[in-house]
Order: sequence, then structure tokens, then C-alpha cells
Amino acid sequence: MRINCPLCGTRDRREFTYYGDAVYADRPADGAPIEAWDDYLHLRDNPAGETRDLWYHEMGCSSWIEVTRNTVTHEISATRLLTDRKAPAKKGKKT
Amino acid sequence: MPSLIAKSACDGLLPLSEGGVTLSEAAPARVTSVAPFAGQEKATDAALKTMGLGWPKPGQSFTKDEAQILWTGRGQAFLISASPAELDGVAALSDQSDGWARIRLEGAGAEAVLARLVPLDLRTAAFPTGSVARTGLNHMMMVLHRAGAETFDIMVFRSMTASAVHELHHAMKALAARAAAL
Ligand SMILES: [Zn+2]
Repeated sequence: MRINCPLCGTRDRREFTYYGDAVYADRPADGAPIEAWDDYLHLRDNPAGETRDLWYHEMGCSSWIEVTRNTVTHEISATRLLTDRKAPAKKGKKT
Repeated sequence: MPSLIAKSACDGLLPLSEGGVTLSEAAPARVTSVAPFAGQEKATDAALKTMGLGWPKPGQSFTKDEAQILWTGRGQAFLISASPAELDGVAALSDQSDGWARIRLEGAGAEAVLARLVPLDLRTAAFPTGSVARTGLNHMMMVLHRAGAETFDIMVFRSMTASAVHELHHAMKALAARAAAL
């Protein structure tokens, strides 16, 4: 498996550390209801298909990367720096 | 105050030579981590240009006489063998001089040695002179800079020096043995 780091180019999986679902980057707003925090911390989808998660280029440039991949085909369709993500729309709301 | 004995990172370990490939320690040099403050990349680039260098893009380096700047990660580069005084106020600067071992691998077989330890395509077509990569030297984090067609400069954390020399020497010996057996 190879992951395309937006800075370093395509690199072997061994250079990266997996963190978890990309939802971790969508921290609820201050004062968000308890349900939003419960969702943020504990509730995860388990899709057969496209999913997004966070990887850290630990043996490389130290960037956090959002990887869009397919759990059925194992295809990685997109990667981007976490800093290039737009402000999440669902912040503070229960999805 | 007792007088302390200054030792370089590779003291007693290098130089080594096997099968026409040499491994040696780079001359001691000032190393400064440069991380431009928010919105100050252009100012950092301008300040570096007055030194004959520039702000490197990912995978890039600049060299001017002794002075070098190597890209080392997102928003970070290492300035080597130069004073960072020009960058005061535009970038976060931290001295790294004694934190890293700087090792030069040189010779016709240098690429083949690294091929055993580095998960990258290091042929000149893919990794030409001047290129820099952050990657692994086996299990160690490394800054790899191609200084010439058959010359690579390797930086690893100083605490990893003995392991890095051991791994590189092992690969050098294996290649030399194979060549001798043919
Ligand atoms: Zn990277």
C-alpha cells in the first residue's frame, strides 16, 4: 500500500502512522451539546465504500494527511493536508 | 570547571570504506532549523536570497559556497554552515548543531547501498542532485540530500549515530562481498 503525501509524493505505508477517522479533525464547538461530544468521541460509521481517515507522515515531513479511501476496493482516491481542509460544515452539530 | 572533551557525533566510528564506497563524517557545522512565522514565507525567502539561497520547496535545497538550506518538512528547513541572523523576526530559529549526525556516503555504489535501506527511488532520474527527502534509513528518521551524482549527505538524530553507521556499513560490506564473489 502506498499513500500520496501532498508534500513528499507517493510513499510506502511504513512511513505513516494511522490515527483514526477524519471526524477527529471536526472537533465540536465550545458549548456543543453532549450528544455532539458523544458522537465525536464514540460513534463511528463502518462504511462498505468510501471513508476518510487521518494519517501522520511520521517518517517523512511530519504532515497530517486526510486520506479518502474505499474499504471495498482499497483504492485511495484522494489525499490532502489537514491544513488544506475547509472549515468543517458540521462542527457543533450532530450528524 | 573541568575541561570537557568535545566529541563529534561520529567520533571513533568513521571514516569507513568498503568496495569503493566511503562513509565519512561531515565537517562540524552550524545547523539551524528555520520555520517561517505565519505569512512570512516571502520575507524568509527574501532574507535567504540576500545570502544567495532561498526558501526551498518540498524536496528542494539551495547551496551557495559552504552555505546550504535543505527542506526538512512542512514549513521547515535546515540552514547549514551559515548564520541565521538575517532571518531574525521572520522565522522561528532553533539551533540544531549538536542534535544531528551528518554523514556522507560517497562512491559509485552509494546508490546501491541506500537501495538496501531506503524505500525510495534514488536513481538520478527520480532523485537528481540537489534533491532532499525526509524518509527512513531502515527504522530511523532521516534527512537525505543528494549532493552529487555519487554523493549523498545523510542526517540522523545524534542518538541514532551508531545504529545508522552500523546499518550503512552492513549494507556496504554486503555489496562489496557480492562484487568480490562475482
Ligand atoms: Zn510527507
